[in-house]
Amino acid sequence: MTFSYVVEQTINGVTLGGLYALVALGYTLVYGILLMINFAHSELFMMGGYVGLGVLKVLADPAVADKAGMGFLKPIQAFFMSGGVGFVALMVATFLVSAVVVGFLGVIIERFAYRPLRHAPRLAPLISAIGVSIFLQNAVLLWISSKQLPYSRADGVQFVTATTAFSVAGVDVSTMQVFIIVTSLVLLALLDTFVSKTRTGRAMRATSQDAEAAGLMGVDINRVIALAFFIGPALGAVAGVFNGMYYGSVKFNMGFIPGIKSFTAAVIGGIGNLRGAMLGGFMLGIIESLAAGFISNAYRDVIAFIVLILVLVFRPGGLLGEAVAEKV
Amino acid sequence: MPQTVLSVDAIHTYYGQIEALKGISVHVDQGEIVTLIGANGAGKSTTLKTISGLLAPKTGTITFLGEVISGMPVHKVTERGVVHVPEGRRIFPTMTVEENLEMGAYLRNKDPKGVKESMERVFDLFPRLEERRSQKGGTLSGGEQQMLATGRGMMADPKLLMLDEPSMGLAPVVVEMIFETIQKLNKEGITILLVEQNAAMALQVADRGYVLETGGIALEGTGRELLVNEQVRKTYLGEV
Repeated sequence: MTFSYVVEQTINGVTLGGLYALVALGYTLVYGILLMINFAHSELFMMGGYVGLGVLKVLADPAVADKAGMGFLKPIQAFFMSGGVGFVALMVATFLVSAVVVGFLGVIIERFAYRPLRHAPRLAPLISAIGVSIFLQNAVLLWISSKQLPYSRADGVQFVTATTAFSVAGVDVSTMQVFIIVTSLVLLALLDTFVSKTRTGRAMRATSQDAEAAGLMGVDINRVIALAFFIGPALGAVAGVFNGMYYGSVKFNMGFIPGIKSFTAAVIGGIGNLRGAMLGGFMLGIIESLAAGFISNAYRDVIAFIVLILVLVFRPGGLLGEAVAEKV
Repeated sequence: MPQTVLSVDAIHTYYGQIEALKGISVHVDQGEIVTLIGANGAGKSTTLKTISGLLAPKTGTITFLGEVISGMPVHKVTERGVVHVPEGRRIFPTMTVEENLEMGAYLRNKDPKGVKESMERVFDLFPRLEERRSQKGGTLSGGEQQMLATGRGMMADPKLLMLDEPSMGLAPVVVEMIFETIQKLNKEGITILLVEQNAAMALQVADRGYVLETGGIALEGTGRELLVNEQVRKTYLGEV
C-alpha cells in the first residue's frame, strides 16, 4: 500500500474514466434530447472496436495484403507501417473511419428504429433499442466471429507498441494510457466548446430543453436529433477502438459491461448533462480502479454501484443534474 | 383593399380521435391586430399551433403571403416569418436571457447586424431584460419571462407575430405593459394575431376579433363591435 501504488491505480482509473466518459456522452446526448435510453449504444461502442480493427488490418497487417487479389495494398501498407508520419496517419485513419462509420450507423438506427416511434409511449423505443442491440451483437457473431479476436496483426504483433511514456512517483505510464487520456480530454473539450459556443450547439441545447419551442425558433429538430445520434456513437466508437488496443481484443458482447458502467457514469453526473457525463465517467473510473487495488478486484463493480446508489440517494438528479424550473 | 397576410380556410385539426377544430376560417390583413377570444378548450391555442405547424390540419388550407403553409414542418413556417410565442412562455430555462434572445434569431445567421439591432430594440422595449441579460431564463419572474418570450419572438424579425395568452398569470401592471408593447410593435408594422382569455384587454387593442366556441367560430367583428356585443359582454366580459 505504497504511495506509488495509489498513483498507479489512479492513472489506471483516469484511463478507464476517459473511456467511460466518451461512451457516457452518447447516452446523455440522446437522453437529453429524446428522454430515451439508447440501449444499443453499448453495441455501437463494440462496432467501433471492430471497424477500427478492420481498418488496422487492411492498412497495417501484411497478412491481409498477402491474400490473393489484395496485393495492391502492399505499397499502401508500406507507408502506414513506416513509423513516424505513417504511424500518425494510421492512427488518424483508424479512429476517423471508425468514428464516421459508427456515427452513420447511429444515424441510420435512429432513422429506422427510433424515429417511427417518436410519438409512441416511452416503452416502445426502449424495446426497439434492445432489439437493435441484440441485432448488432448477433450480426457480429454470425458474420464476423463468435470468438474473441486479438487486436493485433495475424502474426501477433501489436499495432501500437507498448512503451513507457514517462515515469511518475516510480510508476511507469504507458504511451497507450497517455494516448487515451489526452485524446479523450481533447474530444471532451471539443464537444463542450461545440455545444456551448456554436450556433448548432446552441440549437442542440435548446432542443434538449424544449424541443417544441426550439422548433418554433426555426430549428430543424430532426437534424438536431440526427446530429446527436452521429456524435454520440462516433465518440463511443473512438472509445471502442481504444478499448480494443488497451485490452488487446474484441468480442461481440464486449459492449455490455462498459455500456452499463458508462450509463451509470452518465446517471451519476446527471443524465442529460454533458459535463456531468464527463465528470461521472472519470469519477467512476478512478473509484473503480482504487477499489480494485485496495479492496479486491472482485468488488470493483460492487463499489461502482454503491457509489451510484449513494449519489442518487443524496442527489437524485445526479451530481450536475439541474433542478430545472418547470414551465408554468 | 388591404393585403391579406394570413388566410386560414376551413381547417379541421384532430388530437387523435378528438376533433379540436371544426372548420375554422380566419384571415389577418397587413398591419392588423386580430384577436381570438373564447373560453378554455374553445380551440384558440390549437388554431395557433395549426398555423405554426406544431399540429397539422386534417383538412383545410392555411395560406401565408400567397403560399400554402399548412402541412409544412414548424421550422419551415418560422422561416417564412410566422413567429409563434407559445402559451406558458416556453423560454429555455438554463440558457441566459441573451442566449434565449439569440435563439430567437436562429434563422438570421446571415444578418448579424440586423440581429444586433433587434436585440437593442428588445432591450429598448424591455430594459429589465438588459439588466438580466446574463441571468438564466428559469430564474426570471413570470412577467420577465413573458417579456423574454415576446422579445425572443421579435428577434426573428416576424412578418406575423402570434402571441398565445401573453397575459396569463401576470400582475395587472405587467399585463398593461405587455399590451402597450403589443400596440407599439404593431405601430412599427408587425401584424399581430393575439389569443387571449382576457377578452376586455384584447378587444380594446384589436382591430378585429373572432369569438371561438367549441372548435368553431361563433362571432366575428371589429374590436369595438365585439366589445359592445350583448352576448360577448355576458359570456366573456363577465357583465350582467
